[in-house]
Amino acid sequence: MSFDTIRKDLQAQRIVPHLVDYEQTCAKHSWKAVQASLQGLPEDGLNLAYEAVDRHASGALANHLALRCLGKDDSVRDLTYTDMARGSARFANVLRSLGVKKGERVFALMNRVPELYFTALGTLKNVSVFCPLFSQFGPEPVWQRLSRGDAKVLVTSQALYEKKVAALREQLPSLQYILIADVTDDLDACALSLPRLMTASSDKHTIPQTCPEDMALLHFTSGTTGMPKGAVHVHQAALTHFATGRYVLDLHPEDIFWCTADPGWVTGTSYGIFAPLLNGVTNVVDEADFDAERWYRILDEQKVTVWYTAPTAIRRLMRIPGNPRVQHDLSALRLIHSVGEPLNPEAVVWGQRVLGLPIHDNWWQTETGGIMIANYAAIDIRPGSMGKPLPGIEAAIVKRGEHGIEEITQPDVEGELALKPGWPSMFRAYLHDEARYAKSFVDGWYLSGDLAKRDADGYFWFVGRADDIIKTSGHMVGPFEVESALMEHAAVAEVGVIGKPDPLIGEMVKAFVVLKLGHPATDELRLELIGFARKRLGPAVAPKEIAFIESLPKTRSGKIMRRLLKTRELGLPEGDLSTLEND
Amino acid sequence: MSENELKAMLLEGLHQIAPEANPAALHGNQNIRETLDIDSFDFLSFLIALNEKLGVQIPEADYGKLRTLDEMLRYLVAKSAS
Repeated sequence: MSFDTIRKDLQAQRIVPHLVDYEQTCAKHSWKAVQASLQGLPEDGLNLAYEAVDRHASGALANHLALRCLGKDDSVRDLTYTDMARGSARFANVLRSLGVKKGERVFALMNRVPELYFTALGTLKNVSVFCPLFSQFGPEPVWQRLSRGDAKVLVTSQALYEKKVAALREQLPSLQYILIADVTDDLDACALSLPRLMTASSDKHTIPQTCPEDMALLHFTSGTTGMPKGAVHVHQAALTHFATGRYVLDLHPEDIFWCTADPGWVTGTSYGIFAPLLNGVTNVVDEADFDAERWYRILDEQKVTVWYTAPTAIRRLMRIPGNPRVQHDLSALRLIHSVGEPLNPEAVVWGQRVLGLPIHDNWWQTETGGIMIANYAAIDIRPGSMGKPLPGIEAAIVKRGEHGIEEITQPDVEGELALKPGWPSMFRAYLHDEARYAKSFVDGWYLSGDLAKRDADGYFWFVGRADDIIKTSGHMVGPFEVESALMEHAAVAEVGVIGKPDPLIGEMVKAFVVLKLGHPATDELRLELIGFARKRLGPAVAPKEIAFIESLPKTRSGKIMRRLLKTRELGLPEGDLSTLEND
Repeated sequence: MSENELKAMLLEGLHQIAPEANPAALHGNQNIRETLDIDSFDFLSFLIALNEKLGVQIPEADYGKLRTLDEMLRYLVAKSAS
């Protein structure tokens, strides 16, 4: 079924969007001009946290609401730009007092509470590196990331610490301090009370010299073959966060913005923290997880104007019959965006019909640091398309030919989505893995690993992944990470893990397990394995389905053919099996 | 179905999703998802399965009212009675 283009009527929009003429904006765009919109440190240099809060706190927005934190218990904590500047200054002073230096990694594993935001911004003010973790990770992914990221400090809650970190302390020699956000007294000499330290610290802090190329953020993302890799971002990323906040999110001074992503994932950091603050708007944060009624209530009561959410959530809302606008006043809302996985055209159109606004899909990755291809407020939407490249970004569809990378210029031909390197929020390294980083760039292109096509009018359309990485609920899961965890179980001989397509969450993690001799394939064992994986990996990564299988399809060199497992799962033709070793 | 039978069915459903946890140790007023580490999708699967087993319609809009065992039992008893 094909969907009609959704035409935009500029006259009908309440605010004239920042980006009105796409071609003209692209032609005029310069990153230098974007840089000039920011302030820079008083002593020269660029610091992401200074631009996000201190700049506003010392200007006209000092008393403007920066963060409205809604608690699970329905409490509300309001923080102005001045409060944010002071709270993050205190945290930076805490780090300084503990001897945490420039470039050292400060991890956060916590709920969406104000302390998380002080941690992120305060870490950057200390020119240390902020590395967020998703609180639904189990101990194994947490350990992998803390260890690979050389964590020096971890900020967390008592419950998460005891459940996921306490037992790993000895295996984390670089981890010197654990700052616990919800205790008043220290737990031991290294597990300290964050409130106690914050109270004892000054709320005045001068940001040391920060170069635009200094490391600021470390985001772990999954790979196909190995363990997760840490994508390094620098303070210069502020330019992309700021520019996408204008071009795509279309943030204006009076906007109330809500990004539903958790800062444990890159969207929740770039757009749940930095883009709204850099643009000086009010940022709504909800501590609770998805709950349809609660979300509509937040949109209504908080008078959210611009909303950035994810396909999984939108599809959940679509399960509710009727019109939410009967019970909820959504009249403040003027723009809806979505990211995480391609948004199906039905959902784009549902937005138009049920919420009165179409949903704007966009595309980017942990490595790109910010939105790269998008649908825009003023530009017609082709439902199902990810839109057009951000002004300042050159995107192409390419293929690997005999003479290296070749650009595919004919429309509607599938190839790999590639970007011309050099945008400000481009990742600068995979931490400790130069070879892997180098492999991401070929013949002057960054290769995204996503397959896509471009139509004759320049709209990009997502096709699939070029590798075996699983995209579940908008999060990347590396099959190898899941396979490794299951292999630790005594009954398991071999495992192959795939993403099984699912209408709600995109893909669901499914494991095919070959059992060792003497271990019969029973339902009890299946449940035991699910529990075993959940305990190690946590619910966000662990398989939701396990199937027992006699043997795994492998290549002659012994590599598991996950693609074939997936093809079989879907009941599709198996295609070329010339590399298959056995069955 | 008695309340005890209903509770046993809920615990069995939770066991299918979080087999590593001991649902019997779950207090009636504890947040199920947080205590048993159940994500949004797992919780949805659990409620859909319940829906099928009991023949009771549980609309998505009501999911937020079903945070604890006590809340669930109250909700399901009221639903089956109506």
